[in-house]
Amino acid sequence: MSSRVREVIIIGSGPAGLTAAVYTARANLHPIVLEGEPSSTSDQPGGQLMLTTEVENYPGFVDGIQGPELMGNFRAQAARFGAELVTAKVTRVDFSAQPFKVWVGDVEHEAKTVIVSTGARALMLGLASEERLLGYGVSTCATCDGFFFRDLEIAVVGGGDSALEEATFLTKFASKVHVIHRRKELRASKIMQDRAFRNPKIEFVWDSQVVDVLGETTVEGARIRNVVTGEESVLPISGLFVAIGHVPNTSLFTGQLDMDEAGYLLTQAGSSRTNVDGVFACGDVQDSTYRQAITAAGSGCMAAIDAERWLESRHDAPADIAETPRNW
Amino acid sequence: MADSNITHLTTATFDEEVAGSTEPLLVDFWAEWCGPCKMIAPILDEIAGEHAGKIRIAKLNTDDHPDIARRFDIMSIPTLILFKNGTPELRIRGAKGKGQLVQELQAFL
Repeated sequence: MSSRVREVIIIGSGPAGLTAAVYTARANLHPIVLEGEPSSTSDQPGGQLMLTTEVENYPGFVDGIQGPELMGNFRAQAARFGAELVTAKVTRVDFSAQPFKVWVGDVEHEAKTVIVSTGARALMLGLASEERLLGYGVSTCATCDGFFFRDLEIAVVGGGDSALEEATFLTKFASKVHVIHRRKELRASKIMQDRAFRNPKIEFVWDSQVVDVLGETTVEGARIRNVVTGEESVLPISGLFVAIGHVPNTSLFTGQLDMDEAGYLLTQAGSSRTNVDGVFACGDVQDSTYRQAITAAGSGCMAAIDAERWLESRHDAPADIAETPRNW
Repeated sequence: MADSNITHLTTATFDEEVAGSTEPLLVDFWAEWCGPCKMIAPILDEIAGEHAGKIRIAKLNTDDHPDIARRFDIMSIPTLILFKNGTPELRIRGAKGKGQLVQELQAFL
């Protein structure tokens, strides 16, 4: 059993969770952040930016900043104000009654408010051969593994911003990057499309799907099906990078928090409030529209302020909170 | 970053360290630009400290020593290879939490 009921527990440690941590820590709410566990997927402490290189659109960094460095800064800033950071993954929650309960294995934490910022993770193709060759040519992390494909021909699956960003990044190493997309047009932003179309090393494979990854101990090719003609062909490649979109990390909250059909948490318009009074959601876990580091950080700030006001309204907050100046 | 329990390998020292280690030697193939590698570095240091005498942990920077990385077909980092008497016995792909790493290494701890 935990020794005390906390003011706030934050689940997740991407831009949303750590911004909520900075704000709630500065408001003397002594937040604990259950960060998650290391992995080579985007579901890990620091979130999706841990797998990116240059972040060019986060305001305040004139020349850009590396994703992991930016998240290291977020974390250090939260720690500076006394946020307690625990590198562990939440295994179960109970939001049915106050105080809310959150478990990491057998360890139970209790709190009056919970801020959910578990983010979203990259989808995989779901092929047995993909899983078998993961780490042997199939990769979930272009920034980690791109270097090992110097002068080789590789492919990226997907047609959104992250796919084109990976493809563009990978041209630094690979001799050629095929972008395999199931449609004829891209979802990616104009600037990313322009960059990719201008890049002589990038070649598009339209209307196509990867149906198998070939090779015994390393990737030797991908079997591709044209979704219009049904025709199958083999693309000889040495590496396959998957960037086909994201799915929210919400299985933990099934039956407790309201979600849309895709699994994104629902929040009340203009706030971070979920259907459970005292539980707030921020970042990509509740945002299938914008999904930017800066919007995640902004919504993390909203969740912190919502939680603080909720505690104030219940007269449960520590006495010094009422005097917290609003000049944040 | 604390890594007081970790040996840093180079192309020059790799073979000697791997062959000469009396305990099983876990080598962490990593690079500066790899986020997940940085996440597991403190965990590996803890494991090395907690299981001193049973296992040794070393790291090899694949950027500085690509020849060694190539020799072991490293195509993804972090990759951890456990050597016993100089022979690779176990290969762990990708970053993992401490609990899971300890579990996968259990036979050698």
